[in-house]
Amino acid sequence: MIAPDSKPSRIDWITLVLYYFLVIVGLLCVYASVYKETNPNIWDTSENYGRQLIWIGISSFIGLMILLIDEKFFFAFAYPIYGISVLLLLAVLVAGTTVKGSSSWIEIGSFRMQPAEFAKFGSALALARYLSGYNVQYEKDKKVQLISAGIILLPMIIILLQNETGSTLVFTSFIFVLYREGLPGWILFAGFVLVVLAVLALLVSPVYIIIGLTLLAALFLYFVRRTNQLILITVGAVILAGLMVSSIDYVFENVMQPHQRTRINVLLGKEVDIKGAGYNVQQSKIAIGSGGLWGKGFLQGTQNKFRFVPEQSTDFIFCTIGEEFGFVGSLIFIGLYIFLLYRLLMMAERQRQKFNRIYGYSVVSILFFHFVINVGMTLGIMPVIGIPLPFISYGGSALLSFTILLFIFIRLDANRVNELRNFS
Amino acid sequence: MNSSVKQKTLLIIFISVAFIYIVRLFYLQVVDTSYVFFAQNNVLQEQTIYPARGLIYDRKGELLVYNDAIYDLSVIPDQVRNLDTTEFCKVLNISKEEFLSTFARLKRQKGYSKWKPIVFQRQITIPTYAAFQEKLFDFQGFFVEVRTDRKYKHSNAAHVMGYIGEVTDRDIEKSDGYYRMGDFMGISGVERIYEKELGGIKGTRYVLVDSKNRTQGRYKNGEFDTAAIAGKDIHLSIDQELQALGEALLQNKTGSVVAIEPRTGEVLALVSSPSYDPNLMVGRERGNRYMELLKDPSKPLFNRPISAPYPPGSIFKVIVGLMGQQEKVLFPNTSYGCNHGYLFVGCHPHGSPLALRGAIAVSCNAYFCQVYRSIVNNPRYKHVEDAYTEFYKHAYSFGMGHALGIDLFGEGQGVLKKATYFDKIYGRHRWQALTTISMGIGQGELGITPLQMANATAAIANRGYFYTPHIVKKINNRANPNPKYTTKNWTTIDTGYFPVVIEGMHDVIENGTARIAKIPGIEICGKTGTAQNPHGKDHSIFFAFAPKNNPKIAIAVVVENSGFGATWAAPIASLMMEQYLTGKHDTRKALLERMLNGNLTHRNDSARFKTK
Repeated sequence: MIAPDSKPSRIDWITLVLYYFLVIVGLLCVYASVYKETNPNIWDTSENYGRQLIWIGISSFIGLMILLIDEKFFFAFAYPIYGISVLLLLAVLVAGTTVKGSSSWIEIGSFRMQPAEFAKFGSALALARYLSGYNVQYEKDKKVQLISAGIILLPMIIILLQNETGSTLVFTSFIFVLYREGLPGWILFAGFVLVVLAVLALLVSPVYIIIGLTLLAALFLYFVRRTNQLILITVGAVILAGLMVSSIDYVFENVMQPHQRTRINVLLGKEVDIKGAGYNVQQSKIAIGSGGLWGKGFLQGTQNKFRFVPEQSTDFIFCTIGEEFGFVGSLIFIGLYIFLLYRLLMMAERQRQKFNRIYGYSVVSILFFHFVINVGMTLGIMPVIGIPLPFISYGGSALLSFTILLFIFIRLDANRVNELRNFS
Repeated sequence: MNSSVKQKTLLIIFISVAFIYIVRLFYLQVVDTSYVFFAQNNVLQEQTIYPARGLIYDRKGELLVYNDAIYDLSVIPDQVRNLDTTEFCKVLNISKEEFLSTFARLKRQKGYSKWKPIVFQRQITIPTYAAFQEKLFDFQGFFVEVRTDRKYKHSNAAHVMGYIGEVTDRDIEKSDGYYRMGDFMGISGVERIYEKELGGIKGTRYVLVDSKNRTQGRYKNGEFDTAAIAGKDIHLSIDQELQALGEALLQNKTGSVVAIEPRTGEVLALVSSPSYDPNLMVGRERGNRYMELLKDPSKPLFNRPISAPYPPGSIFKVIVGLMGQQEKVLFPNTSYGCNHGYLFVGCHPHGSPLALRGAIAVSCNAYFCQVYRSIVNNPRYKHVEDAYTEFYKHAYSFGMGHALGIDLFGEGQGVLKKATYFDKIYGRHRWQALTTISMGIGQGELGITPLQMANATAAIANRGYFYTPHIVKKINNRANPNPKYTTKNWTTIDTGYFPVVIEGMHDVIENGTARIAKIPGIEICGKTGTAQNPHGKDHSIFFAFAPKNNPKIAIAVVVENSGFGATWAAPIASLMMEQYLTGKHDTRKALLERMLNGNLTHRNDSARFKTK
């Protein structure tokens, strides 16, 4: 299986360096978040940071293995990998361990993993494989569009059944991939409008939104050259939006559980509940806000150290950066993260094989979604959805799965020169 | 749409998100500084360290007041989480309704803040404290504060020591934020006047706490902590034994005793009867007991010796005798006849005519009416007002008509009228000695507190000066630093005029009106008074000092509505002087028994209910 002609020199070193930089920053943040003066030993494997260090080692090893595997392996085994991850998800549904309300964990001895993490690259591989197939044209073929949607929706639904809202939502990031492969831009835009409308529906009574939309439509029709078709579309859009807004309101009031309602209300600023549902966010904002311009210095953060921020080494890890390294540190961190995403985007675009490109876009989309939600949540501008910050958050299976996700792409990218050679 | 446009679209989305986040971060971290404050509140807990209150001793070093630990259950409402109310109520032994109503009450309290500690239940018992301490971890947000309350070793001198209680909103305001709700401070007596000394200075400790309010350590190794400074100990000038005897002698009587050491102005005993046990004014029931005492018709809270003015009666004759000499209208050998009185002022039968010394000894009314007349109608002055003003000045110089400045709260001024007062009543120049003649024998427009009486006695004993009476002898084992208490106040009477009067006072004991007060081997000088009282029976009054040469004690006794000065006041003063000078008071058993058992309260019942 090991390809003798693989060229490690073609590996994108910039990405690799960025990866290790982020992983080490993550380790330091985990260390800082549970740091005690009485036990400063970073090698202590009974503490989170010690375990994270072990996981970095495991991830590096697996990453190396991936780099040594023939790139054709991933194309060939895309479906089996996808199948296995779906099976694992189903297995979890039946025999999973419940952690914090979501039964998404598989426990084998002391080893605990979340198959949803592996379903991400499984789905990415399957989607890439499917769309890169011979004579498959996403833009034109409705059947292709449906099957693509199916590939994404299948794991999504199982994960939703596991009560893992966060991971479920991650799969919506594939919309960027589909956009690149031919999904019309207006769908992306419509999706954005839908989100805005949904938020509005929760903030104000649907009646006002419908009145407002009707007025807007009337104004629109008054100023443009009216054709029958345009009138029809506009009226249809208003009716659809009205229906959606009303149904969101209905779902919110009658279907959702109280704690979900509270979370949403707190996020929207309708309820101020500093010590209840908004506690995490409030504490997170305090931790980040108290960092100031330059931060309190490494290991000097008081908010994090004394555990004011819940879930701090996992979901709220960005607080440590914000508090200890301040605005300047956060700026550098966000800059580097966006630079990594940019780099991956460039790499994806330079692929000659469709499979590689689609997979690359999937990697960028998944990482971007995690980044937006996770950091936005700590800043209090995104809902509290428990998903990790890739490469930074504490958690073995998350780190491993993101490493696999990224390194497969690095491996695929490393081969692009060979492809060139082969084809020419 | 070609692929490069799509790539750019995604890139623009990435960069927009990054930009929004950076703007948001800039706002949180750089623009809005309030989070730094929040962070401090989260982590830094300011703990108050209460200093031990200063102890109070008597003049001989006997401990009178000490501290007792009490446990207050406090709560930071904001930190209460997942409270098992049923369990909590069980430990505290309260009902759920009480629990809820307490919380509701706290919320209504002025200055309530859910971030600040507030006392949930005061002074929980030690078993409750122990039970609570075990479960403290389950009751997040609650904690027990150890503080001290006062304990009194004896049930005496309640009016001297006063008591401590919770600060009021006004106290908090006045203290510029030093006191906080629930703090104790002196409310009356020495506890109040010497609050600064006794109270000490609260300390502050900054500790880092985690989100569960568990202490994680000192903030910057205690760099910003301030230690509590314990209150200073105080030695009263009170002699505990003398005080206790005084209170025993006045039991079941209404009245006062004030004893002063003339040499220093130190108050040796200050008895107010009826009184109360100072131990009633501590603990949880303080408020209720206070209300009970306040409603008691016998007014046990009233500090009679320093605030109640009495007509001095015959004891004032001594002062008049001194004034007459100073004004050169009276000489030791000046004699006046007495035919059972002077004009409308009657007199009891005694030998006549008498010179000054004899007149004091038998307390001749007519004699001192004559003297008063010659003072006020003194032809040396153009107007009677000018002559009366001299009289006023002399009386004032003995400490009458104004607060002396004792270190106790609520000192009265007594009554001493200026000439203008009579001008107002009778018209200018339209009154003279005879108009106010009863003042010559200590009646009429005169009111003197027992403290002022004792002080005047001390001035006579010192032959012309006194030190401002004071209760606190030493603070932190150093003499009371108030210069007021180490300055001689000279009376307007020259030293040379005193001996004859003092001889007269000595005769009062030896063969005059107060022979009952005689103590073998001690030369006592005194004067009885029987003050007419428009509200009921005469007040029995006596003042004295002893020994005649080198006086060690000056004393004034008032027993309300009990008759002649020699009946009650003189024996009580005599027993107390004996106690102070010899350390014994039981050499005259019958007299002691009679005084101790004398119950005068029933006689005043009718009067008391009338005034109520």
